[in-house]
Amino acid sequence: MAVQSYPGRWKRPPVLLTNPFWRRAIYTGALVYLVLALQSVEIDWQRVWLGLDRGWKFIEGFLVPDFTTRWRDIREGLVESLTMTLTSTVAGILVSVPIGIGAARNLAPAPIYLVCRSIITLSRSFQEVIIAILLVAMFGFGPFAGFLTLSFATIGFLSKLLAEDIEECDRSQIEAIRATGAGWWQVVNYAVQPQVMPRLVGLSLYRLDINFRESAVIGIVGAGGIGATLNTAIDRYEYDSAGAILIIIIAIVLVVEYSSSWIRRWVQ
Amino acid sequence: MTSTSAPVWHYRTPKQTLLRWLGWFSLVALTVFSWQLMNENTIWAFVSDAPEQAADIGDRMFPPAWGYTGQLWQPLWDTINIATLGTLLGVLFAVPVAFLAASNTTPSTRFVRPLALLVIVASRSINSLIWALLLVAIIGPGLLAGIIAIGLRSIGFVAKLLYEAIEEIDTSQVEAVRATGASGAQVIDYAIVPQILPAFWGISVFRWDINIRESTILGLVGAGGLGIQLNASLATLAWNQVAMIFVVILFTVVVSEWVSAKVRQAVI
Amino acid sequence: MLELDRLSKTYATGDTALSQVSFEVPAGQVVGLIGPSGAGKSTLIRCINRLVEPSGGKVILSGTNLVTLRGNALRRARRRIGMIFQEYALVERLTVMENVLSGRLGYVPAWRSFLRRYSPEDVAKAFSLLEQVGLSDHFNKRADALSGGQRQRVGIARALEQDPELLLVDEPTASLDPKTSRQIMRLIGSACRKRNLPAIINIHDVLLAQQFTDRIIGLKAGEVVFDGKPEALTDQVLTRIYGDEDWTRMRGEENAGEESQPPTVDLAEGL
Repeated sequence: MAVQSYPGRWKRPPVLLTNPFWRRAIYTGALVYLVLALQSVEIDWQRVWLGLDRGWKFIEGFLVPDFTTRWRDIREGLVESLTMTLTSTVAGILVSVPIGIGAARNLAPAPIYLVCRSIITLSRSFQEVIIAILLVAMFGFGPFAGFLTLSFATIGFLSKLLAEDIEECDRSQIEAIRATGAGWWQVVNYAVQPQVMPRLVGLSLYRLDINFRESAVIGIVGAGGIGATLNTAIDRYEYDSAGAILIIIIAIVLVVEYSSSWIRRWVQ
Repeated sequence: MTSTSAPVWHYRTPKQTLLRWLGWFSLVALTVFSWQLMNENTIWAFVSDAPEQAADIGDRMFPPAWGYTGQLWQPLWDTINIATLGTLLGVLFAVPVAFLAASNTTPSTRFVRPLALLVIVASRSINSLIWALLLVAIIGPGLLAGIIAIGLRSIGFVAKLLYEAIEEIDTSQVEAVRATGASGAQVIDYAIVPQILPAFWGISVFRWDINIRESTILGLVGAGGLGIQLNASLATLAWNQVAMIFVVILFTVVVSEWVSAKVRQAVI
Repeated sequence: MLELDRLSKTYATGDTALSQVSFEVPAGQVVGLIGPSGAGKSTLIRCINRLVEPSGGKVILSGTNLVTLRGNALRRARRRIGMIFQEYALVERLTVMENVLSGRLGYVPAWRSFLRRYSPEDVAKAFSLLEQVGLSDHFNKRADALSGGQRQRVGIARALEQDPELLLVDEPTASLDPKTSRQIMRLIGSACRKRNLPAIINIHDVLLAQQFTDRIIGLKAGEVVFDGKPEALTDQVLTRIYGDEDWTRMRGEENAGEESQPPTVDLAEGL
């Protein structure tokens, strides 16, 4: 057998952008964008330098938080946030279930499907804060506007995921129940509900977590909750109180996350 | 009598039934209690005239101030830059955090991993608007505060999903590369990175899409972008300008969602 | 030459996977390792290149005891041992060429492997190996685009790219059809003969083991219960290894099936 020579060079072929023209165009475009974008950021170094001192104070406030001085405000904000979270999640779930079923193609007739889908799209398109601004303008300041905001946001989130879940349901189970002569309600109860229930519980708990985190934000635009307290604390440069509030938020999120994983295990 | 020996079918055992009832009852009771606590200070007169307020605002919103668009291009460009640069910043920090947090790549399960998980929880619990609030107070208003705020919030999100992806990789591929005598860095490069790369791109683009939404409102607290315009228009009660801003936001969100869906399709 | 001296492994759970296993494998000998599931075959192979830490005994490869090595010394020892896996264990999302070149990872510094800049000799060797296993045209394909038999050929090329002094093979045919299994076994056997390479092949299929190996070691509950020529593997020995079963029927059926197979031209024959 003759000694054969093999190439000594090998280059990895491009995986994603196989056309060399487009590859170069996209890389150049990305580079140009990056340069332009970085140029659009004007940094006032003097201001940043001055701010470092305040930044350090904030870190100090975070490490040595002050829970006591503003405890009354913090407690009030916390109670508002927590009650808002629970009630809005419950209300959100109650409304999302019918909308979610209505937005599932395999269960709902066309007109109902369209109506439910547009409600979901509307709810998902806007940030919670923007909805809160509008609802505060309509319903006045306070946690009631916050409750409505979070309920509305919950609907978009839960109904969409629930509808997708129902659409992914095992068809044979639905057919089997239908074959027994069951009506629409019985199909939902016996074939769909057992399949989507565990995930619905999981999603609801996840949304509870999100709603709490959001409740800390919408207070900034006047919709009640711990966000308002936090806003005041930062405005007054009381970084030790702000640190205390942030630590409480993180702690509550942790607790909710742990207990929800516990409840999920218990339900399944 | 033979009927006494016939087995009686129960849906659930009595104890289960009791527990379920207790669970539901306490949930309802807690919700009602929360509702009352939350609405202690609600002024129902404001709530009851909400329809009129809504009609009034709706009236003022139409038609949107189309001519106002000219003043929105620059803030829109800023908004996109905040989201993109912030995502880049967040991803840059999230990658090492994810490797430190994943139980199969962390250098120490006892010390490093809990620390990395704490970073993730802290970043995830605190909304980008709150980060922006803090950063504006510290380093002054402007794009930089917005970029860092988005970056800080993104670290937790990206790192959490990424470390879960790292923990789910196929270990036999890692074993095979290790068996060739590869060093730790080479094992990451050849066995782990190829497996998580699609997840990485998907997560990053997903977060970028979310960040576009979030950065539209950061200006409310002075961190640049469309929110500054929104804040100014709200302060002067120029609802037709507000409506125009909503249109721009809606358009941007739809486009970014489309882009993110396309990119995710391409990489997976 | 490989020598195992009273190699033992007890897992943290208290299960003893290997107890006092000793044998020698001279250069060029292909050893088939058989035994029921859970006998410790997989653990034995992984103790040799330290993917599993042995709890006692010695593994001596060309005069070095591998059990005491750490860090870089362990890396250098591992690169001398090629391993072929059950279910191939290729990095699915890398190209075939990258998978073969990953056999050089123990030799090149991290920056070179990161930039995929291997020396011309390494690349030429990889091309030559791919031709030998009959995959010349596939080097730029992604590994997950290949069929099972093709993937295992890439796995073999990866192991040979290491210039190994020993080949460890873990259930190479577990997920392949009978014909492909035979081709793969023949490929491994001829590669070893050509390079005078010792190999330990952990295998479930007794008939394949008998046909393609020079020596059989039977493992049961972590102990060597048989060590000898493939021909010496009688029904009594099989019963000793696996427990009671009607062995004659197994042979009868399998042999009948084999004769009906058409003769195949195998690219690997010329290896």
